[in-house]
Amino acid sequence: MKRREFIRISSYGVGGAALMGGLTTNWFHLYGGGIPDPGTDGTRVVPTFCEMCFWKCGVLAHVKDGRVTKLQGNPRDPLSGGHLCPRGAAGTGLLYDPDRLKKPLIRVEKRGSQEFQEASWDSALNVVAENFLKIKQEHGPEAVALFSHGYGGSWMNHLFKAWGSPNVAAPSYAQCRGPRDVAFDLTFGSTVSSPERTDIENSKCIVLIGSHLGENMHNTQVREFTAALRNGADLIVLDPRYSVAASKATHWLPVKPGSDMAVMLAWMNVLINEDMVDKQYLDAYAYGYDQLKEHVKPYTPEWAYPRTGIEPEMIRRTARMMGASRPATLVHPGRHTVWHGNDTQRERAIAILNALLGSWGRKGGLYIPASVSIPPYKYPAFEDKGLTPADKPSPSDYPLADEVLAQGVCDATIPGLLNVPQIRAWMVYGTNLPQSLPQPEQTYKAIQALDFLVTVDVLPTEITGWSDVVLPEATYLERCDEPFAPGFKQPYITVRQEVVPPMYESKPGWWIARELGLKLDLPNFFPWKDAMEYAEERIKPLGFDCATLQKEGVVLGERKPIYFEEGAVPQFWTESGKIELYSQKLAEAGFDPMPTWHANDVEDPPPGFYRLLYGRAPMHTFSRSTNNELLLETGPVNPIWVNAEVAKEWGLKDGEHIHLKNQDGVISTFTSPVKVTEGIRPDCVYTVHGFGHNSKKLHRAYGRGIDDAQLITKVKVDPIMGGTGMRVNFVTFLRPADVPVAAPAQASDAVDSSTVVDSAVAAGEVAR
Amino acid sequence: MSRVRYAMAIDTHTCVGCTACVMACKTENNVVEGFNRVWVTQDLQGIFPDLSLTIQSERCNHCEDAPCVSVCPTGATHVGPGGIVLVDEDKCTGCKACIAACPYGARFIDPRTGTADKCTFCAHRSEHDVYTTACQDVCPTRSIHFGDMNDPDSDIARVLATRESYTLLPEAGTSPRLFYLK
Repeated sequence: MKRREFIRISSYGVGGAALMGGLTTNWFHLYGGGIPDPGTDGTRVVPTFCEMCFWKCGVLAHVKDGRVTKLQGNPRDPLSGGHLCPRGAAGTGLLYDPDRLKKPLIRVEKRGSQEFQEASWDSALNVVAENFLKIKQEHGPEAVALFSHGYGGSWMNHLFKAWGSPNVAAPSYAQCRGPRDVAFDLTFGSTVSSPERTDIENSKCIVLIGSHLGENMHNTQVREFTAALRNGADLIVLDPRYSVAASKATHWLPVKPGSDMAVMLAWMNVLINEDMVDKQYLDAYAYGYDQLKEHVKPYTPEWAYPRTGIEPEMIRRTARMMGASRPATLVHPGRHTVWHGNDTQRERAIAILNALLGSWGRKGGLYIPASVSIPPYKYPAFEDKGLTPADKPSPSDYPLADEVLAQGVCDATIPGLLNVPQIRAWMVYGTNLPQSLPQPEQTYKAIQALDFLVTVDVLPTEITGWSDVVLPEATYLERCDEPFAPGFKQPYITVRQEVVPPMYESKPGWWIARELGLKLDLPNFFPWKDAMEYAEERIKPLGFDCATLQKEGVVLGERKPIYFEEGAVPQFWTESGKIELYSQKLAEAGFDPMPTWHANDVEDPPPGFYRLLYGRAPMHTFSRSTNNELLLETGPVNPIWVNAEVAKEWGLKDGEHIHLKNQDGVISTFTSPVKVTEGIRPDCVYTVHGFGHNSKKLHRAYGRGIDDAQLITKVKVDPIMGGTGMRVNFVTFLRPADVPVAAPAQASDAVDSSTVVDSAVAAGEVAR
Repeated sequence: MSRVRYAMAIDTHTCVGCTACVMACKTENNVVEGFNRVWVTQDLQGIFPDLSLTIQSERCNHCEDAPCVSVCPTGATHVGPGGIVLVDEDKCTGCKACIAACPYGARFIDPRTGTADKCTFCAHRSEHDVYTTACQDVCPTRSIHFGDMNDPDSDIARVLATRESYTLLPEAGTSPRLFYLK
């Protein structure tokens, strides 16, 4: 890195005033009618990386008088490039959220009712250890499960590995990116991973299938997306909604929800028929081209038209656009891909399109990531007890699932639901299960069946209100975590370090895992004193200077070839060793070896109902950020997008607050304002996920907007890998005056029970 | 060399309306809760499916003919160096004449001080090695150009010379120095 930048960053360390004092040529200090200096420059600037979402951008935290005053992008960091998204810039809103969990809490019985009592860490962790050990003795270690999300979860994952439970799940798989990863693995022998290996910046034609980059604010992706727009890249957007990305598109295709695969099959048909595929690339690397050619013959644009609503001429024009820019055409794999239960096959279609265009391994397509490989910590061998996760009814179900299904672990907790040994206790780290899993009724059922539930979190989310022990974690700005060295274009290592000491009695995840590990009699797996010592032990053998890493936040590794054309080796870890257009593995497991249209895959909404679509807003991450004072200023609520014609039919006015009621009669507890818009098809409505908290301890988030997860009472499970397709729910509108007095029954339990995280307030007054 | 004239140009072609600019401004300038110096608007035009969306990150226009300056009875609101419109807190009485006069709704009374507040183009950062604004630095889409428009070698002069741009409410005759690139 350039020396000049180094001086600039470290000069904050000796104080902005010294720097300013030295420069007398400018006008600010000489100017008499002065504007006050807001004084937010830190006297210390600490580099770390963000956890406002899971992208992990490098930030520089300004600290003054012991407070974090502001967060800026770390220009050395390859992911952020010195820029941040709104969440990253608003991290102090989480750090200084007055609603934060402050002390460990233990659920106790008092005069017949349950309440939380503040406790010391030692006694809270003793309760956890006693319960875990008791369950282990009676049912084995596998009867204790972990749900985790976020980078700090790695400490809990380690604890559970040492403990010996295979039941470790994250909703980020079967409730999010699972189908994509399985589909790309089947096709190319590698997943897309995170950060995605998309070379958006160099793309000449970007195709988004429902991805709403710009509203979905993964920093690097959006930075590259806009760089590509500046370079004049073509953009094709398939989305029932006129997203921000759609507004930037060369062609917006307002596709009928659930019919994306039909458009893609027709694209394949045109690309193959018009000889626009990369024949040389396919000859060298692909398996099954002839079968695919035969397979897509019936899928003409004319065939696709009535199924998708996209005119044949538009399908041809966009296919040609994609073909003209190949191999620098990127059909983006997306991230949240659990939509309709046929998601692995839809993602296979995306993978195959990229293969036909020759974009995997090519500039402007999907590059071959390179990383600094950090050796693992040398622990004693983990005991392999040959235990399998309890997440599947039988081993033959979801045969290609390669991670544990979170909803399966939940189901395995409900007595008699699955034919598996019952799970008796959960640790939940950083994921608010009633909102991150679909079918909240199932989640509550499982919670009621648990012998013990411990939650590690920063905020009093709904799940904490159901817990027996609540452990307050320090925020990412108050803790050190594992070093991070992702596969990316530029190999590098970055560290998360304590910017300010943990507030209140919160503790970092590594400390919680270690203390609990010691109490669970697993000292051999926690030989390090703290996370910094652990990180140094791992990084030192690489020859990097840890002091430099701490001071600068990032060290760069040596750049390696990331495209085939510059020497990256074409290797495909599939069974044939080739790109599999035709998948033998799928055929053997009884699935379509090539993506196939099945008319009954996607159901139409009943009359008067509209498909519930949900997505992201740039200032929010799931349900974690809707209590953030700063972020609420620009994202105060999640409006319900309703097509203008539909709004007219219902007499809905823009801004009017309404409830949504779904096909199973579930009525949203809260309301959202209607957004009457031309920017959505008439057969669906859209809103942003993560609102509608019913935990009263989240003072800002409570009662704000509808909670889409509450209305996702139905899922369609992907038979290939167990992803829970969630865009299969239909809703209708209900004015507050028309809500039956007793309703909504489903929600009221949750309301009462999740209002309890407070030492002095009765907890779980609802029967547990 | 001509006089320094600071100006900003925001690229509506690449801006995604994420509001990172709002957050960065808020924390950089310690702006009071409930008010913002920067805000983002979205304007959807057309009938499904023939639509267009204009996203604008808005703030004080630092007008050449600023009505807030001429209306201010105490001289608190004035044109500072580089053409930046500033409020001298010591002279401001909080009379709100400037709030009424501003056609862009860029001003508010900071309840902590009782004085008018608005975007300063981060004037307190003008002595940094490179003078940038917080919103410009944070912007993940790099849509915000800022600098001396009278310096022909500056980025801002170059984009204004090469790209088609517009200003808000030209009919108000204020000659804004906040431009939007098409």
